[in-house]
Amino acid sequence: MLCQECQQRPASLHFTKIINGEKTEFHICETCAKDKGEYIPGSNSFSIHQLLSGLLDADQPFSSTKKQSFDTPRPELKCTHCGMTYQKFAELGRFGCAECYKSFDEKLDPVFKRIHGGNASHQGKIPKRKGKDLHVHRELEELKERLKELIENEAFEEAAETRDRIRSLETTLHKKGGE
Amino acid sequence: MSLESFISQAVSPWMKNEGPDADIVISSRVRLARNLQNVPFPILATEEQLQGIQHQVDHKFANHSHRQFGQLELLKMNDLKENEKRVLMEKHLISPNLANSAKEGAVLLSEDESLSVMINEEDHFRIQCLLSGFQLDEVLKFANSMDDWMEEKLDFGFDERRGYLTSCPTNVGTGLRSSVMMHLPALVLTKNLNRILPAINQLGLVVRGIYGEGSEALGNLFQISNQTTLGKSEQDIVEDLRSVVKQLIQHERAARELLSEESQNQLEDRIYRSYGILSYSRSMESKEAMQRLSDVRLGIDIGVIKDVNGKILNELMILTQPGFLQQYAGEQLGTSQRDERRAAIIRERLKLEGDI
Repeated sequence: MLCQECQQRPASLHFTKIINGEKTEFHICETCAKDKGEYIPGSNSFSIHQLLSGLLDADQPFSSTKKQSFDTPRPELKCTHCGMTYQKFAELGRFGCAECYKSFDEKLDPVFKRIHGGNASHQGKIPKRKGKDLHVHRELEELKERLKELIENEAFEEAAETRDRIRSLETTLHKKGGE
Repeated sequence: MSLESFISQAVSPWMKNEGPDADIVISSRVRLARNLQNVPFPILATEEQLQGIQHQVDHKFANHSHRQFGQLELLKMNDLKENEKRVLMEKHLISPNLANSAKEGAVLLSEDESLSVMINEEDHFRIQCLLSGFQLDEVLKFANSMDDWMEEKLDFGFDERRGYLTSCPTNVGTGLRSSVMMHLPALVLTKNLNRILPAINQLGLVVRGIYGEGSEALGNLFQISNQTTLGKSEQDIVEDLRSVVKQLIQHERAARELLSEESQNQLEDRIYRSYGILSYSRSMESKEAMQRLSDVRLGIDIGVIKDVNGKILNELMILTQPGFLQQYAGEQLGTSQRDERRAAIIRERLKLEGDI
């Protein structure tokens, strides 16, 4: 098959683009693809980042920003650590550094919920060294839930044990100067 | 272990140990995206900062022995020739992104190549573990143990509420992408796969071609992976994937039986034709090679072809890709030269197998 652009070289790249539900097939050679900016090998121009960019669009009327835009212009949201602006983040579909997560926090819940099937908070692994207290906090939460259940079920003996365990964990945290 | 051995052998040592359900599941993989807390992500970091990350890995991990993976070796992308990078990519040890990036990329590789840590790809680190067959628990366990080892020495960006902080918002949380590569020829032949795919997507899983995002499904090979990384534990993500893969295995087996029962003659004809073409062709495009190899592999798996070992097809699917062909030839090859070499390698390899 010949390249549909130059009609000279053999087509080596075959794409299917779907725009607004309309399917178009492309058969082009690498040279024309590069010229058209359609494809840089490996970079995958129809990437997740482009799709994301649509989701993250900075002009999107998030309720809080919409209200404010009528009076004083809002200072631009910017990462204090790496200087990435929210506008830039929305264009690139990528954060600039770990601190961006804090800097853009107010806007992230709806974004994450859309990307991650309605979820915005982490339920997985906690790093051992860095997350030491976090492990204890999580265990405490679980134990408190358990305690409620035990009391409801009138399993008082086990409830007392659980309560003691909670107390001892809280003391440990307190001693270490944790929250 | 040297660069040469990573490049010259087509089959990674981990592939030689055939895992469970290896007639349908080619490999299982887990990757964890991790970043340093205080350094900008590779998209913004300076060359010096990226070099600094490489140095840290070189100093703290390279040439050290990890309890599960043995000696680890660091390969810097800047030290590799184009074709060597391509070979590592064809072996799935690095991503096309890392191979093509002009930045300070590197990869830390284990002796048996089941573990690789890409450095300065989209994230500072991408820990990847690959094993043969259906072994999702094992790959998760191994990747986790590497993660723990690295975390003892490096400060990873982690937030109580958001989890592991990644460059792309689609990886945040667990940073976990788990995937399996499946050979599903009977579901494709019976046109059942198209019916199953939408359901798989609804479960939050994605089906792609063999090189991941945006690539075509060659040789009836499909990669199935989780889409979301936030809100579920690593175990739950892997469990969801496992249950879908289990069902796909059952569907594929049922489709193979159905084909054997109802169109035995047509199926055998197709398999033997492909076998014949592979055994005698003088020139073959990669797409055709993948398709024919898929047919023969199906023939071996359902017992139609008995004197060929299924493993050589995994090997050939890798060996006949452009990077490997050129590595073997020791020179750049044009398309038609590659097609001739490809046909020759397949012929020789099949003949060798038949003689045994």
